[in-house]
Amino acid sequence: MSVLIQGAPFIVEQQQAILLAETSGAGLVTFTGYLRDFSEQGAVEALELEHYPGMTERVLEELGDTSANRFGLRGWRIVHRYGRIAAQDPIVWVGVLADHRNEAFAGCQFIMDTLKTKAPFWKREFMSDGRVVWVQSKAEDTEREKSWQECAYE
Amino acid sequence: MLTVRFFSLIREALDCEQLEVAHHSELRTVDDLKRSLANTGGEQWREALYQPNVVHALNQRVVNTDHVLQNGDEVAFFPPMTGG
Repeated sequence: MSVLIQGAPFIVEQQQAILLAETSGAGLVTFTGYLRDFSEQGAVEALELEHYPGMTERVLEELGDTSANRFGLRGWRIVHRYGRIAAQDPIVWVGVLADHRNEAFAGCQFIMDTLKTKAPFWKREFMSDGRVVWVQSKAEDTEREKSWQECAYE
Repeated sequence: MLTVRFFSLIREALDCEQLEVAHHSELRTVDDLKRSLANTGGEQWREALYQPNVVHALNQRVVNTDHVLQNGDEVAFFPPMTGG
């Protein structure tokens, strides 16, 4: 049940070991997001991630707790980087533990889908041709997040 | 006093990360503060703060602009978030 926000790169295996040391469960689902080396704008060399210190940690802690309550998770960990990130470096890692696979898959996906639009991060892409472009939020991400909200009110 | 913070392309457009604003009776809501900043700052501030989809946070929680301000509050303006 923990959040790590850091500028430095992280090692996926270490993050998984930290989660497994905190708690146990029969089903472990993890997601690692890497920086794509292309976008709608063209070839991407690097990314700069700005965030809102304090709010970021609180939003992610509440998100992990919400997922744990909703899907009966035994444990969760969210790792997110900020600052300059090179193409193909990991940006985000989410790991959840549950007694059964369905809960683990759903809990992890809920965290990722909600994090995209609710955690205060903003991306700026450094393109290979020298342009610097702020990444716009995607309607598809908003729709995915909303689909979980509708489920919550069923 | 109110602490006002700007992030991402709003920070960039205003060339301002943070400022302190005296809290007074005419700054009742987030919307009042936004209007006051636009009136004082001029066209550049009006454009940045009133662009579509601006997100407003009060004490690090996303709120509607009719939320009432208290002395000591932290208000932030930023574009839609793009995490993950």
